[in-house]
Amino acid sequence: MLSLFILLPLLLLFVLNLPIEFVRKSSFWLACVLLLAQVLLVLMHSIFAWSAYPDILRSFFVFNLSVDNLTLVMLLAIGIVALVSLIVALCTIIEERQRFHFINLLLICVIGMNTIVLVRDIFSLYVFIEVTSVASFILISLERNKAAIEGTFKYLILSAIATIFMLSAIAFFLLAAGDLSFASIHSAFYNQENNFTLKIATSLFLCGLFIKSGVVPFHGWLPDAYSAAPACVSVLLAGIVTKVAGVYALLRLFGSVFVLTPALQSIILFAGAFSIVLAALAALTQDDFKRMLAYSSISQIGYIVLALGCGTPLAFAGAIFHFFNHAIFKSLLFVNSAALEKQFGSTDMNKLAGAGSKIPVTSFTSLIGLLSTAGIPPLSGFWSKLIIIIALFSSGRFVYAGIALLASILTLAYFLSFERRVFFSKSEPALENTGKVPFGLRFSEIALSIITAVAGMVFVFLHTNWILPLRGIFW
Amino acid sequence: MTVRLIRSIVGLALTSAILSVIMYRLKSPLAAVFELSVCSGLISVIFVTTVSFTQRISKENLHIRRRERLLRFWYLPVILVVTGLLLAQYLLFPQFVLPMLEPIKELDVRSVLWNSRHLDLLGQVVMLLAGALGVVVLFKESKK
Repeated sequence: MLSLFILLPLLLLFVLNLPIEFVRKSSFWLACVLLLAQVLLVLMHSIFAWSAYPDILRSFFVFNLSVDNLTLVMLLAIGIVALVSLIVALCTIIEERQRFHFINLLLICVIGMNTIVLVRDIFSLYVFIEVTSVASFILISLERNKAAIEGTFKYLILSAIATIFMLSAIAFFLLAAGDLSFASIHSAFYNQENNFTLKIATSLFLCGLFIKSGVVPFHGWLPDAYSAAPACVSVLLAGIVTKVAGVYALLRLFGSVFVLTPALQSIILFAGAFSIVLAALAALTQDDFKRMLAYSSISQIGYIVLALGCGTPLAFAGAIFHFFNHAIFKSLLFVNSAALEKQFGSTDMNKLAGAGSKIPVTSFTSLIGLLSTAGIPPLSGFWSKLIIIIALFSSGRFVYAGIALLASILTLAYFLSFERRVFFSKSEPALENTGKVPFGLRFSEIALSIITAVAGMVFVFLHTNWILPLRGIFW
Repeated sequence: MTVRLIRSIVGLALTSAILSVIMYRLKSPLAAVFELSVCSGLISVIFVTTVSFTQRISKENLHIRRRERLLRFWYLPVILVVTGLLLAQYLLFPQFVLPMLEPIKELDVRSVLWNSRHLDLLGQVVMLLAGALGVVVLFKESKK
């Protein structure tokens, strides 16, 4: 059953590229059905037998995959964000051929991301991180303009450096553990305390994953890639790709495979706090909405990294919950930017004064996204940040807890500045006579806002049934 | 030393394939499969995708660059031959040779490739698809 998360998108990829006109024209709907099926399968996971395989699959396609609560959260986030990205593509990519290429690359990204969260082997994890990265490179430069190619190049170069770090680390792990499964590496950490090879390997892998996640000071590629990419690609990258290919690997490996030594914890805590503050300050100075959102993403990823560095089960659960919330509300904000770009041809906040009155749905949903990002109750972002801050306080890390708390004020500052400039100031004459935002974008904005609001309001239910069980994954 | 990037990439892939064979001969099938997987597969696709961003060199520049490259990098084959000779001499003095590490596992390369690492094979297939798509999207579309 688990293999279907990899094989069905692959099968669809082959089917879409058959020379059948009807299939090509239906590519959007077929991809929609697949992603919707993924979301429903995860939501109803207790009903389906995850370990059951039809005999024909058992003969050829049984992979060493495994699922736990963390994997379920990831699969759900992947399904939702990929579906939203697909809908945004329908509204923003006019040329049918380009949209078809986008759908193909989206399916490759989904194959890569699904496999990343299902595997329990470090080399397979690396292979599928690279698969996702290569598809991302091509997606960013889909429109082939100068800014997009520049963004792709920066991402490519830094990604290549991350690859060197990760591969070197994998070689050291193979030397120390004799095998590359998570279980073998975990045993090696316990059986060979103070093994210098393992320490070197862990440090190298950490650097590689920091680059992939866009953690400061390895974040140089992220603002250019996010802002230059087409709108639907920005939703995908910011919503899920960077998180799965970088942040999830950090959570999985440093939460349950590697041993988190005090030295490593200090480094991760410092990197997290540094990312939160530096990125928030950088976001304050931006004039372009997409660049501001990119820096905001770096800052929010800093919260997740900070929670990981805290090293307690509660912090780990908070990190995963914030991961999911960020996937949803950041996707919402990028859909808002897609609506602004579609209606007014720009995401420069100086040229969008008073645009909010022309696009009320976008204006209202952006407020929900921004307030959730800033951690205002009762939205979902408030609860996940609260769990992280409580975990930091409980473990005696008062300075870091203080930084996390105060940085929320910075987050509120740059987002309120955006709201004031774009949505609550006097309308520019150039913005008159604009039509309605396409239905697909409005639908995506409303759906993501509902998830953000509901996840906050049913927090008690989520806390008992989803968040607390996540602590058990933490070693 | 070639001027054409594509030939460099093919050269890299071939070198990796030969290195995989050497690793197999040294009784490390796991390392051989990883080397094949990473360098001949993944890295080559990344390089080809990058090259698809570039423009083809003109015929006039090709001749000039070829001559320049030979003059600039003449020492590389010399270093290669000298290093090979030195290593061959080294092997005549066993006391300077490091003891070979035990093979990590006594595994057949077929069982490694088709049983324990078949998910990575699937990853490479997907990677090749991504590379092909990249060339179509970035290279072919720009020509149009």
